[in-house]
Amino acid sequence: MIIDLKINGRLEKLEVQDADTLLEILRDQLKLWSVREGCGVGACGTCTVLMDGKPVSSCLLLASRIGSREIVTVEGLQAGDKLDVIQEAFIEQRALQCGYCTPGFILSVKALLDENPTPSDEEARELLCGNLCRCAGYADILRAVRAAQEKRAAKATPGPLTFMR
Amino acid sequence: MADFSVVGHSVYRKDAVQKATGRVLHVGNIEMPGMLHVAVLRSPYPHARIARIDKSRAQALDGVAAVITGADISAMPGIDPYYGPAFRDQPILAIDRALHVGDPVVAAAAVDRRTAENALQLVEVEYEPLDPVLDVLEAVKADSPILHPKLRPAGTFADLAHIRAGQSSNVCYHFKLRKGDVEKAFAEADRVFEDTFRSPPAQHFPMEPHVTLAYMDESQRINLWTATQTPSYVRTELSAIFGLPMNRIRVRVPYLGGGYGAKLYAKLEPLVTLLALITRRPVRYALTREEEFVTITKHGVVTKLKTAVKDGMITARKCEVYWDTGAYAEIGPRVVHKSGYTSAGPYRMPNVWIDCYCVYTNKPPAGAFRGFGVPQVIWAYDSQMDIVARAIGADPVEFRLRHALDEGEEFATGTPVRSFGLKPSILRAAEAIEWSKPKAPSSAAKARGRGIASGVKAVLTPSISGAIVTMNADGSVNILSSTVEMGQGSETMMAQIVAEELGVGFDQVHIVQPDTDITPYDTITAGSRSTYHMGNAVRIAAAKIKAQLFAVVAAKLEVHPEDLVARERRIFVRGTPDRGMTLGEAFLAKFGSLGTTLTGEAICQTTATPMDHETGQSEKCTEYWFPSATAAEVEVDRETGQVSILKFFAVGDAGTAINPKHCEQQLLGSAITHMGLTLFEEMVFDEGRLINGSLLDYQIASIKDMPKEVRPIVVEVPHETGPFGAKGVGETGALTVSAAIANAIDDAIGVRIRELPITAERVLRALREGTKNPHPPLSLEGRG
Repeated sequence: MIIDLKINGRLEKLEVQDADTLLEILRDQLKLWSVREGCGVGACGTCTVLMDGKPVSSCLLLASRIGSREIVTVEGLQAGDKLDVIQEAFIEQRALQCGYCTPGFILSVKALLDENPTPSDEEARELLCGNLCRCAGYADILRAVRAAQEKRAAKATPGPLTFMR
Repeated sequence: MADFSVVGHSVYRKDAVQKATGRVLHVGNIEMPGMLHVAVLRSPYPHARIARIDKSRAQALDGVAAVITGADISAMPGIDPYYGPAFRDQPILAIDRALHVGDPVVAAAAVDRRTAENALQLVEVEYEPLDPVLDVLEAVKADSPILHPKLRPAGTFADLAHIRAGQSSNVCYHFKLRKGDVEKAFAEADRVFEDTFRSPPAQHFPMEPHVTLAYMDESQRINLWTATQTPSYVRTELSAIFGLPMNRIRVRVPYLGGGYGAKLYAKLEPLVTLLALITRRPVRYALTREEEFVTITKHGVVTKLKTAVKDGMITARKCEVYWDTGAYAEIGPRVVHKSGYTSAGPYRMPNVWIDCYCVYTNKPPAGAFRGFGVPQVIWAYDSQMDIVARAIGADPVEFRLRHALDEGEEFATGTPVRSFGLKPSILRAAEAIEWSKPKAPSSAAKARGRGIASGVKAVLTPSISGAIVTMNADGSVNILSSTVEMGQGSETMMAQIVAEELGVGFDQVHIVQPDTDITPYDTITAGSRSTYHMGNAVRIAAAKIKAQLFAVVAAKLEVHPEDLVARERRIFVRGTPDRGMTLGEAFLAKFGSLGTTLTGEAICQTTATPMDHETGQSEKCTEYWFPSATAAEVEVDRETGQVSILKFFAVGDAGTAINPKHCEQQLLGSAITHMGLTLFEEMVFDEGRLINGSLLDYQIASIKDMPKEVRPIVVEVPHETGPFGAKGVGETGALTVSAAIANAIDDAIGVRIRELPITAERVLRALREGTKNPHPPLSLEGRG
């Protein structure tokens, strides 16, 4: 069947089989390589994408059943060469090692901060526990959440220079 | 130290932007025209004879390019159907017998994975179940069925040159160490302690499962893109299997989504290469997570320790260690050897007796897991250190310090220890947990306790790392190295060392990823060896370029080359920065043309004195040691048995930290992973069948499991021959975690857990049986 899917701001027309998962079409058809299979049962978070802003496991969703939802992957976060502040925070706080889990974490952090701009450590841990990192860089990831939060807050508060512009 | 401009600084990772944007290249992103996909039919029995296979209907299915069996491979002329890094005991596909549940029996290559899976549903296999060998202690008995009646040593690695072919039991390798007279010491002891410790099989769990792509290139050479930690070894192994010259095989490795030992040696490569040869099409095989569970595991181990104490000092220790290596030896003999000789601990004791057995059973094969078996032996010996200390009324930290080897003292192997920051590591751990102060009070419901453990791992020796460094006329640099970047930061480490040596910026250094057509031999990316070995190789290679440039500049300036230094892309007279030239000018002075290059090559090859077969003695058994310590504070719920780790400190001696932040990440990351292994990870088998072989049933540590207060502590005891004094740190944080947690639990509730994982159920059971514990916890007063 043919489906229309809005992915990273673009409308895509895709031919899918009934059994195709969202993960499969994102990788095999759209070559969005940031979305990766880690466990196949929706428990590791490496295939996380945002669906209407909420993090979901794309390995568990049938592409044919998604309808007119909007999907965002890490490829959709950048504006040209400009990284999202969450990506910057992950780099600066060294919150990545092998990097396989990183896109999933970045999207989960985005969903977290979009929903709650000032999460406590407890809340951050609760919302990120569906993403697993076997390098176990969790302390760095928590620091990146904090740093991303501060970067967003700094952007949202217009300083004198912004005002003059 | 102060002179270093790049080394010793926590520069950002070379690959950070690629990874944060998801653009990073993994094997799974590589597609080729006409590429086939693989599915594998696996044995449902732990031990069975394969009576008959009918694959005719599968072969006839549309979209199927090949369906092959072990019998097919055996019949192919010129192919050795068996492989393995220690013994050639593992068939590409099962031949005559299947030896574990999940053993590959039939493989199909088809236009897509689903078609390949559908094809396998049409394959009929008739099995005749045989008696399985499921327990490591049963497997060593004389009447046990023998899984491999004949063994062929692989002869691939220098450090395994001593393993032998003989085989009349399931013990494929036996390591022995004899020092002094243990029996005399036991007879003369004040007290003798006997304990048995168990550590279960577990998963490495790289987030990226194994994946391999093979194809024939335009000159009909075999080409692979594969997620391996051993590109050089994979080429050697394929050359042996297919009887091809090494230059007919090209192995390339992009970034790995984690390895931790799972991706060492050959895994999918023999099968995928074979399918590419048969079909003459590109073939890619990516394991599912469920397949990953039955492909490689961490060794389950049973350790029996007997320790004699006289006048407050350990006088003898006898270690009997049984390693369950599963159906195929894999790298078991190396794991058993390298961890085996450390299994009495890094402590002063005049009499030591060690027997370590690498044992076949009908379980998935076990290989090297971050720590190479040493976490399992430390779990035993440093749990017992606490048992002994508490029993004789000694402070556990002081008791360790009393026995810890000092610089230059002999290890149990007779090898004097060098660059041995064991005592500093113990002291830093004790300081972090505030050992000298009273512990936090316990409540009626919840008990608090603190624990420390220490231990040491020795680096794999002998081993070899080769590197080529090329400097371009503009001062930019390429490093050609077969070290695999799997998250540990090796690219960043190499770039820092070479930038330092050549006086260029870190950003001017590019790393060429492993490619056996281009990058020289490297033994293995594992075992905390790359910073030392590859770090030395790239540094020496860079120094050779520098020497050539210095000769040119010295002639021009009429000074001695020894008076020159390279800094900030210039070469100048030491102390007189104005007298010199830029790298570009130096190249022009040498060649007179633009765009030229200079190349340096180096090999770092470490050597060991082979151990005596009977006594395990050697003047030099290893190039260097990495001492480790962990301190943990726990809270144990007396009602539920639940253990919460409140404070957690991972301490390790890294030599010189090339990139301090990355050293910290390695320490803490490996420690938190092992915290999960300690508290809940275990592959559970029922009659040889894995019953929790999916992430729905097998738990690994998440961000919620991370203790509230965690801190890595890097101890720096520089090594005289390390690059800038560096050693290795990839495994150090993992080594001492399990014992530290068990020791803290004992401190809290006065019961001793001797079996991993330390689940709430196990703690609760131990609490109920607590009266049987002969060693009550130390009182607060006992601790000064």
